[in-house]
Amino acid sequence: MPGVLVFAELADGGLASISKELFSAGRPLAQALGEPLCTFIPAEKGGEVAKEAGALGADRVYVAEHPLLREPHPDYHLIALERAVQQVRPSVVLLGKTPLGINVGPRLAFRLGVGVAQDVVALKIEGDALIAERPVYGGNAMARVALREKPFVATVRPKAFEPLDPTPGRTAPVQAIPVAIEPAAVKVKVLERKKVEATGIRLEDARVVVGGGRGLGGPEPFQQLEELARLLGGAVGASRAVCDAGWLPYQYQIGLTGKTITADLYIAVAISGASQHMAGVSTVKNIVAINKDADAPIFQEARFGVVGDWKKVLPAFTDEVRKLLQQ
Amino acid sequence: MPLTIVVTAKQVLDPETPPSALQIDPSRKRMVGPANVPPVVNGFDENAVEAALRIKDALGASNVKITVLSAGKSFVLDVIKKPLAMGADELVLVQDDACENLDAFQTARVLAAAIKSMGTVDLVLCGRQASDWDQAQVPLAIAEFLGLPCVHITRKVEVKDGTVVVERVVPDGAEVIQVPLPAVITVSNELGQPRYPTLRGIMASTRKQPIIRKLADLGLNPADLKPKVELLDLYIPVRQKKCEFISGDNDEEKGRNLARRLREAKLI
Ligand SMILES: Cc1cc2nc3c(=O)[nH]c(=O)nc-3n(C[C@H](O)[C@H](O)[C@H](O)COP(=O)(O)OP(=O)(O)OC[C@H]3O[C@@H](n4cnc5c(N)ncnc54)[C@H](O)[C@@H]3O)c2cc1C
Repeated sequence: MPGVLVFAELADGGLASISKELFSAGRPLAQALGEPLCTFIPAEKGGEVAKEAGALGADRVYVAEHPLLREPHPDYHLIALERAVQQVRPSVVLLGKTPLGINVGPRLAFRLGVGVAQDVVALKIEGDALIAERPVYGGNAMARVALREKPFVATVRPKAFEPLDPTPGRTAPVQAIPVAIEPAAVKVKVLERKKVEATGIRLEDARVVVGGGRGLGGPEPFQQLEELARLLGGAVGASRAVCDAGWLPYQYQIGLTGKTITADLYIAVAISGASQHMAGVSTVKNIVAINKDADAPIFQEARFGVVGDWKKVLPAFTDEVRKLLQQ
Repeated sequence: MPLTIVVTAKQVLDPETPPSALQIDPSRKRMVGPANVPPVVNGFDENAVEAALRIKDALGASNVKITVLSAGKSFVLDVIKKPLAMGADELVLVQDDACENLDAFQTARVLAAAIKSMGTVDLVLCGRQASDWDQAQVPLAIAEFLGLPCVHITRKVEVKDGTVVVERVVPDGAEVIQVPLPAVITVSNELGQPRYPTLRGIMASTRKQPIIRKLADLGLNPADLKPKVELLDLYIPVRQKKCEFISGDNDEEKGRNLARRLREAKLI
């Protein structure tokens, strides 16, 4: 019976998008193994989310409720997941490549003495192994790896799988998993959370993103990017070079070690298109690049390109966009 | 007794190598760059060295000892000695043919064994991930194998009264976290630029020789280090997007034409 166990995360009171994507990733594995698709929901209150998981395709839902599971504290969640794995004894454990998942997934695996495939974009069962594909060398290459000892543990890159649509009325049996968390035994103590207040549309959710790179030469030109983003109802992002230079805070960074955007349109201005940057825009169908170097790698992934100096291209482009939008 | 810090460091292919110059060596299942481009110390590991040096600056040079630890089959000494030139005190290299094909799990076993062999270690600092395999696993595994608490991906690390106070980077800001020593902390580039080696540092580092260890010295048998994650294949993905270049007599006109083209494609 065991199963494929999806470690669920919550966002805005419901299942996080990545967790829905994990159901899509896990379903074919469960089918190949002839085992149920299960989910584990560690939360302060998991009831409503348990129903949502059933509608999204989970065959069995396990819920651990504890007040300490309200915040995404890796150690508390690791205790909860370890407990769930002891009980369910799954063949596969899937987590998101999220701040929580990249802490909890590997540590669970090492505790169990097994390996973990990190940041995977494709998964399948082949014989007695889990085969995973993962970008390596910053996305310049792909590796195909095999895990052969169960449970197979993998963290999955956000947006690598399309979330399934819920089936209204579909339900799954829900089982509570009691967890005891002894805060005194957890050495990692959060003293304070320093939140940066987000203004405007969230970069991750924006339909249009205007990204700026090192070629902008300083922080000032980002005002022009802001203006364009405002016109298009979008958000501004940046390359790591920009954040490392202190032109914008790190919350703006797009890429492998920054944010993954899901926009329909990404306008990259003076960004070379290093694979580590492009890792954050891999699901964007329409990339527009403005770069003075015709050989910049970004043009290999762009749908539309302008070879030119942004100082001249961008203002003319923005003015024309404004005109077109007024028509 | 000085505070003992171990910083793990890896020698990697220079990530600034242009993609067009990268190739896969199928026999070793490795990415290789041009022969004339030397490897570098993994960038995040330099951030970890910098974090250690800031602790040394804060507590006083004689109160902190920084040991840099690396495992591999072979090293370019001028490269892997860079942390010494930055100001670290000693370099321990686990140099063994069997270190060539270790996965993250087994690399961490080797590093954990090396750390154990050093006696008392107060703080282990690691880069958040290596820029070659991008796994972000080794530090977490070291923590598990040594039974130490771990905070992953931080931008500030301070030692205070037998504890380490860090700022963990999270998507909407940071968490200030306190952990009793000993602990494992991973460092990210948000910490800030690693310092450049000074001339004095470089001179001092040329006089220092690395301490070389073999797996057998650590009580490890290569036959026990079979990968948990088996690398089957490595390939360069093909990018088949065809870019439509927007024409125009000058840059301004190209900009205007771009807007019109995007409108036509119903993208704006
Ligand atoms: C492990 C690792 C993780 C990383 N993670 C990330 C990540 O998450 N996100 C990220 O972005 N990067 C990441 N990087 C860094 C990445 O490799 C690149 O160094 C970075 O993306 C480069 O930023 P850039 O394109 O702004 O700068 P550059 O590569 O310097 O490109 C600047 C571009 O601007 C163009 N330009 C200059 N002047 C003009 C002008 N007047 N008009 C038009 N164009 C002009 C140039 O032709 C050039 O193409 C990572 C690197 C490593 C090793």
